[in-house]
Amino acid sequence: MMKKIVILGGGVGGTIVANQVARQMGQELRNHELEITVISETSNHVYQPMFLYVAFDQVVPAEAQKPEREILDRHVKFQVGSADRVDRDAKAVIMQDGTKIPYDYLVIATGSRPAPEKIAGLEQGGYIFYTEEGALKLREALHNFQGGRIVVTVGVPHKCPVAPLEFTFMVQEWAKARGLGDKTEVVYTYPIGRLHSLEPVANWAAPVFEERGIESHIFFNPENVDAEKKTITSLEGETLNYDLLVAIPPHTGQEVIGRSGLGDAGNWIATDRHSLRMEGADDIFVLGDATNLPISKAGSTAHFEADVVASNLVNLLRGGLGSVRYDGKVFCFIETGLKNATYIQFDYTHPPKPQEPTEMIHMFKLAYNRMYWLTPAGVL
Amino acid sequence: MEDVKVIDARGSFCPGPLMELIKGIRQEPVGTTFEVWSSDAGSAKDIPEWVARAGHELVKNSEDDGIFKVQVKKLR
Repeated sequence: MMKKIVILGGGVGGTIVANQVARQMGQELRNHELEITVISETSNHVYQPMFLYVAFDQVVPAEAQKPEREILDRHVKFQVGSADRVDRDAKAVIMQDGTKIPYDYLVIATGSRPAPEKIAGLEQGGYIFYTEEGALKLREALHNFQGGRIVVTVGVPHKCPVAPLEFTFMVQEWAKARGLGDKTEVVYTYPIGRLHSLEPVANWAAPVFEERGIESHIFFNPENVDAEKKTITSLEGETLNYDLLVAIPPHTGQEVIGRSGLGDAGNWIATDRHSLRMEGADDIFVLGDATNLPISKAGSTAHFEADVVASNLVNLLRGGLGSVRYDGKVFCFIETGLKNATYIQFDYTHPPKPQEPTEMIHMFKLAYNRMYWLTPAGVL
Repeated sequence: MEDVKVIDARGSFCPGPLMELIKGIRQEPVGTTFEVWSSDAGSAKDIPEWVARAGHELVKNSEDDGIFKVQVKKLR
């Protein structure tokens, strides 16, 4: 009897799972013993880290996307549409048009959503670069910027945890390069008691902030923005003035998770940190930003988790127990300006070790931005 | 004893136990009590420091076999 894998979400995690299982089980797919369906709200696959570069007009949005159909193995079915809910009793995804897509195994890879509306006044008074629309608005604002006080603020939780620092370093160098260095102040706020959650990164950043004259405010959780007065206030009670406010907004899980009754108050799904199965479910895997795991919401996390989920699916379909474990591995490049970069790697038991920034790593990051498409293809 | 929401942040280097607590506090109602589990000794210090600044209540701060357990009640 044909087995069905349904993957909810056509981002990096979902696409890797589909392609890796398809590659290893090509014969079963061709013999109609297995069917893999990817469901995505959009027909295009978007490489979101490029939005940072869009804001600085180094890249245009078209360079950050490709048709998902071209990336998926040709034996994988691709369904564009919005899922209304997951019906666990019926073992099916119910689409908004009423279509039922049954599964034997479900992979939830729905990611997260920037939620600027969670901070009162932010949508009126600030900019974000975590969406295409937001990055384009910020590009316009930077293009028209003639100097002033740029405040970078960070909500919780957020994905791509190094982006706030990267943007801060990049905007400061960008202002200098535009001849606005003397007329520009760069201010960085962070929710906890140091400049970054990763202690080695925070320790490395502190003297760099000092050297570059970047002002910082720690224990600053943005609570509300007054767009008219151009001020931002933290829940700890501190108020800062700004001329240009750039926010990394808090994120939530997707609403389909809430409608399905699978998540907590933030629509994050309780997930076993090693097996990546939804707590209390044998037939549902969760990966990437959709989980409630205390690890970085980043493409690399989804990538390494997808490797584990794909291995377990293949093993289970062949009669195994599906016992490959995720070790918490995360890898991130960190741009330290417009010319240098470093990287960081860690897992549940191995803390990160800082590396000296180099131009070579920056060049590799730029190259990876172009090579990214090999990752969802399951090659790199 | 009232319900306690456990935040298992053991092995979390990024975002880390404090950021996981802030996430919980932002999404759950006033009156909720959280217990953060951390394998980082720093949590026993930096969580109480933030809790004081943010106006919540530190209920308990203990160590259990190398795991630091910090209980916090959301007050506002």
